[in-house]
Amino acid sequence: MLHIRPVVPEIIVFAMACVILLADLFWKRRFKGLMYGLTQATLIAASVTAYGLRDPRARVVLHGMVVQDRLSTILQIAIFALTAIVLAYSRTYIVERGVFRSEFFVLALTGVVGMCVMVSAAHFLSLYLGLELLSLSLYALIALQRDSIPATEAAMKYFVLGALSSGLLLYGLSMLYGATGSLEITRVATALAALPRHDLVATLGLVFVLSGLAFKLGVVPFHMWVPDVYEGAPTAVTLYVGAAPKIAAFALFLRLLVEGLHGLSGAWQEMLVLLAFLSMAVGNIVAIAQTNLKRMLAYSAIAHMGFVLLGLLSARVSGYADALFYALVYAFMTLGAFGIIILLSRKGFEAERLEDLRGLYQRSPWYAWMMLLFMFSMAGVPPTIGFYAKFAVIEAAVSAGFYGLAVAAVLFSVIGAFYYLRIVKLMFFDAPVDAGPLRQGRDLRWLLSLNGIAMLLTTPWAGTLIAICRSAVRGLP
Amino acid sequence: MTFESAVFYFFSAILLGSAAMVVTIRNSVKSALFLVLAFVSAACLWMLLRAEFLAIVLVLVYVGAVMVLFLFVVMMIDVNMAVLRQGFGEYLPIGGLVAVLMVVEIALAVSPRQLGPTRIAASLVHAPPLHMSNTRALGVLLYTTYVYPFEIAAVILLVAIIAAIALTMRRRPDTKYQDPARQVEVRARDRVRLVKMPTEPKA
Repeated sequence: MLHIRPVVPEIIVFAMACVILLADLFWKRRFKGLMYGLTQATLIAASVTAYGLRDPRARVVLHGMVVQDRLSTILQIAIFALTAIVLAYSRTYIVERGVFRSEFFVLALTGVVGMCVMVSAAHFLSLYLGLELLSLSLYALIALQRDSIPATEAAMKYFVLGALSSGLLLYGLSMLYGATGSLEITRVATALAALPRHDLVATLGLVFVLSGLAFKLGVVPFHMWVPDVYEGAPTAVTLYVGAAPKIAAFALFLRLLVEGLHGLSGAWQEMLVLLAFLSMAVGNIVAIAQTNLKRMLAYSAIAHMGFVLLGLLSARVSGYADALFYALVYAFMTLGAFGIIILLSRKGFEAERLEDLRGLYQRSPWYAWMMLLFMFSMAGVPPTIGFYAKFAVIEAAVSAGFYGLAVAAVLFSVIGAFYYLRIVKLMFFDAPVDAGPLRQGRDLRWLLSLNGIAMLLTTPWAGTLIAICRSAVRGLP
Repeated sequence: MTFESAVFYFFSAILLGSAAMVVTIRNSVKSALFLVLAFVSAACLWMLLRAEFLAIVLVLVYVGAVMVLFLFVVMMIDVNMAVLRQGFGEYLPIGGLVAVLMVVEIALAVSPRQLGPTRIAASLVHAPPLHMSNTRALGVLLYTTYVYPFEIAAVILLVAIIAAIALTMRRRPDTKYQDPARQVEVRARDRVRLVKMPTEPKA
């Protein structure tokens, strides 16, 4: 029996992507903002549907291809919300740069479909296809401004390295298939439990799978694409790449490593320790040397993903919840930081150097305070929500007995605080170079302010949010 | 050695040889042709496994369509291999080291002791034999069990089409093109003007 209820949100989003593609053909000239409005309406409708279809029990449907549980529902709603905010932030930006075309919205929506497929995958096939759908949409989105040479170069680099990592992932999955005889994640898990502890084939499969996943999440030593793509892509697309896809990549770790390969947790814990340590080290130290704001935020993203792995590698349910919480908080922090870059940019001018932030306090005290909140949250300064996220993952590592790694994480976050605070110094204590007023749409200003205040005001409810994350991962082994 | 294994080794040797030629030969057209040979021998190997449909599709799609397009591209763009090969030797030591390590590791893991025929046979779930052809069985599976991944693959293809058009189509205002609607709507009096002229007086 075919149950399509759990995939209704995906179907809505894809159907509307097709509608937008056709509507563009006939009504492009008549209604200017139609595509944008339709896209936002789609995302809202899809998140309402996903919420309405929520089910506390996990259900596997469509011949074992899709799982619907609290994790998939929460992640899907987060993806819809993040994408809606990304599009709202980038509306003026893409109008000014001539990318306000229906293809932009269609590709953004198909990317969302890919992410939704990834977070609700119960089978290697649906997981891989969702990943490819997302990646293909991302490559095209990055290259969409095709007269821009950095954007084309970024897309090309991402495409070549992405294809390589997909190859690694597929090879690993084929090894796992050879070792377990199944592509269904739950069956792989049961078959692995019956295997001897250090089965060579399964372990080799794990190595390849983990390399592929690490590339998608952007952790050292598979991070080479992150700075180039963040810097080269138009800021609106960087915003898109940096927020929701990180959540989806994180979900892949939960679905593949935790749900499927829990039998090999001893092996992947060791590998994740290495990845987490290197990411935090390289991300935080190299970020200090950057003069380009987008590149600096890219290295900061690498470091933050190291912290996310810190929660995962505890191989405990509470650690997964902390990692999920960190990933979600990070996505909203990064939205805010890139939102400020978009706010400062205008037609023909990209505010992507650190210098461009100089004296923001004198130009607009309110947004300087907002940026201060984002930077404090990223650095993990109390009482922002970022502090609780960092605290939670470090606590998870300590409770799992990784004391050395926890100490390293604290040290690297202190090193990282330097470049976040440097931005605060530039904004508050330096004279402005560019004294022009900030002209951006009202939606960007309101949402950005809301985003900034949320960094501070959600702190009292951090416990509730962690409890929600905990309920999402309760079903995991 | 049975006849089947003799055929297997024959086609495997061709496959490996032509694959090696694809990456080592200098002329890119010849390299593409060796790739065709590699595909055909792979198709023969699939035929040995009684996957007739997949073998035929491999030849039809890859040899018939993809490689022909590929040859067109190779002939249309002028690839300077000397420039592409620059710096190849520079990365050879580290690249070669990594490659050797990888090959050794993979060989250890997929050696007959680890992943032998008995293990594969044990781990596979044996479906009851279907009394239908290979092609039909694939079709049934594709539209029942695997309908969800099949549909996502269709979405991926659509995205690829959209991306290809969005990235390559340019509206050039000076391009001359026909608009059939306007051609049909045209009336004779818009195009031909009959002018009354006084006749010339006879000289």
